[in-house]
Amino acid sequence: MSDIIRRDPRREWILRNRLHPLHASLAAPQDQWMGPNGVLRKNPHAVGFIGPNGIKRIDRSGSQTGDGGSVRRSGAAEVQLPVFRVEQPAFYVVVVPDMVGGRLSSHDKDVLGLAHQLVKQSSAARGEQGAVLAVVFGAHKESAFDTAGVDRLLHLDDSKYTGYAPEQRLNVLTSLERTLEVSQWLLPDSLEGGGDLGRRLAAKLKQRPATQAWALAEGLVTCRAAGQREDWQRPASRILLMANECAEPVSETRHEVKPLLEELARQLELPALISRIEDKGQVAVDPSAVPLGEAEFILSAGNGIRDFALFHDAAKALRATEGASRVAVDNGDMPRFRQVGATGTWVTARVYLAVGISGAVQHLQGIGQCDKVIAINTDAGCDMVKRADLSVIADSTDMLAALIKLVEGYRGAEEGEEDAA
Amino acid sequence: MQPEMQSSELNVSVLLSVGAHPKTARSRRADQDAKALELALSLPKARVAAIHAGDAGDEALRQYLGMGLPALQVLPQPKEADVVPVLVDYLRQHPATLVLTGGKAEQGESSGMLPYLLAQELGWPVVPRVAAVESVGNGKAAVLQALPRGQRRALTVSLPCVLCIDEAAPAPRQSAFALGQRGKIEVLSAAVTTDSERADWTVQPARKRPKRLKVVKAKTAADRFKAATAKASGDGGQVIVPKTVEEGAEAILKMLKEEGVLR
Repeated sequence: MSDIIRRDPRREWILRNRLHPLHASLAAPQDQWMGPNGVLRKNPHAVGFIGPNGIKRIDRSGSQTGDGGSVRRSGAAEVQLPVFRVEQPAFYVVVVPDMVGGRLSSHDKDVLGLAHQLVKQSSAARGEQGAVLAVVFGAHKESAFDTAGVDRLLHLDDSKYTGYAPEQRLNVLTSLERTLEVSQWLLPDSLEGGGDLGRRLAAKLKQRPATQAWALAEGLVTCRAAGQREDWQRPASRILLMANECAEPVSETRHEVKPLLEELARQLELPALISRIEDKGQVAVDPSAVPLGEAEFILSAGNGIRDFALFHDAAKALRATEGASRVAVDNGDMPRFRQVGATGTWVTARVYLAVGISGAVQHLQGIGQCDKVIAINTDAGCDMVKRADLSVIADSTDMLAALIKLVEGYRGAEEGEEDAA
Repeated sequence: MQPEMQSSELNVSVLLSVGAHPKTARSRRADQDAKALELALSLPKARVAAIHAGDAGDEALRQYLGMGLPALQVLPQPKEADVVPVLVDYLRQHPATLVLTGGKAEQGESSGMLPYLLAQELGWPVVPRVAAVESVGNGKAAVLQALPRGQRRALTVSLPCVLCIDEAAPAPRQSAFALGQRGKIEVLSAAVTTDSERADWTVQPARKRPKRLKVVKAKTAADRFKAATAKASGDGGQVIVPKTVEEGAEAILKMLKEEGVLR
């Protein structure tokens, strides 16, 4: 919705036409009416209408009555971006996003942005339209493929592609190479799987990839090489494994996200494959051994904790990595390497559960990159509560005890289900 | 230890490269390669062969010998050579059950392609980012793969295979200088394939990457003004004042389940 004030000509027309069946309902707030003592009352505020620039206009000529039907709308304006359409793609730039946690990561979005730049350049050079094809393996939760710049989507939601299945995925990519006109392959050179799959593809197609590439201009890519010490500039290859922040993500267009044509999908006949790598699933890792800087889930203790034995039990029950604020460390309750904040470790956890931490500026800096922050605190006005996505105003000791009980119950129920199955 | 491993010895080939210190660029044993050698030396009943394709006279090779390796085979190659064909030839002539490499070299292109190209040429499976080898036997190897955020994934791979050892593998043992001096460097004869493609690539010291700016794409002046002046304020999350502690714990548990961090 935009803030621009718009006239509703139909409404104005109805207001002018007293014989219109809707006139009475629309013209309800009258600007003048007969008072109880027979005096004509006028509402001075109802005179005139709000003009297109939001300024009140009074038209004395009598050609317009009532307000112009313009209602000032408030709220954040969501801009509807223009749709970028490709009817018949002559070639494809294929992107295989990592889809960390089932969503496009910022790295994926950068790569998609670069793919669009490449499509634009190649389309101009070849004189025909190309499209960005994203190949997504396994289930996903992403709803914003259109604004990320996906023209065509090949979603392979088969259980054989979930988990670590590089051979099956490579099989799909090589058959895409055979059936489609692929001008370039773009993969994020990440540890989440993109770097692995891209290198497998390059070895299979016998093409030399550009790895850890971070800039692409005028057909030349710049790659980080020699263990991050050198930049190698080389002509762009067909397979590009791009580093983080390699280009700006798509921001000015929306895209169609059409599923790849069914006949094309049917043509993708996959050769039989004997898998030589078998995924046995993730292994339970001791959360206290995970470095604080890269832990996924942190339970952090502050000044509000009185019973540290209970806190350690809670961390064990939740299987969370322990963190601490500076006060807890200075008091000697937690070791120094557990300190979170500007002077300690800058954490990147997905979920940060802060217990009894009021949120000093230095601490809030340290948790700046956390996705979700949950606070347990007795003070509803503290800075941590302002930062948190979920705050519970309660005493830490009672809360931790209740949480341990609840989590243990939840785990017990889950294990019971697994045993039954 | 697996019973079947006692009957037959396990042939392990470790591919070693010369590393470089990230700041001073001084040559040293490559970090990941040293971890690969450490893993090979700690495998039970393994016959370890270490191969280096490159300059036989490099002093850094002695650091690998100092880890308790009796001898190191060197396939002499100049700096601009493509080492894949010569390593493929070597591995075809000296069959191995496991080939361990580092993930990426610390010198040269450091594209991390070598294990993939070797596996492709030999027709073997390749597993990247291996943190530990748990067992080898019955034609299969059980390995642990390092995932981001300190997580691990168990995989089984059919043998023979190429394993790339990750940073997360156990730290390599210290290198003993005298042992390194006593170790033998055996120089083999090898053909040289020059990598002509990269002859005209330009190499320069790594430039600091520009920091990404926050670009405000506002259509109107009012929006731009707001973006420039408004304080970035978190809109604040949900605040619960629970009547009972259980109620609050339920709310927290619900969020933890939604985020999928409860394992």
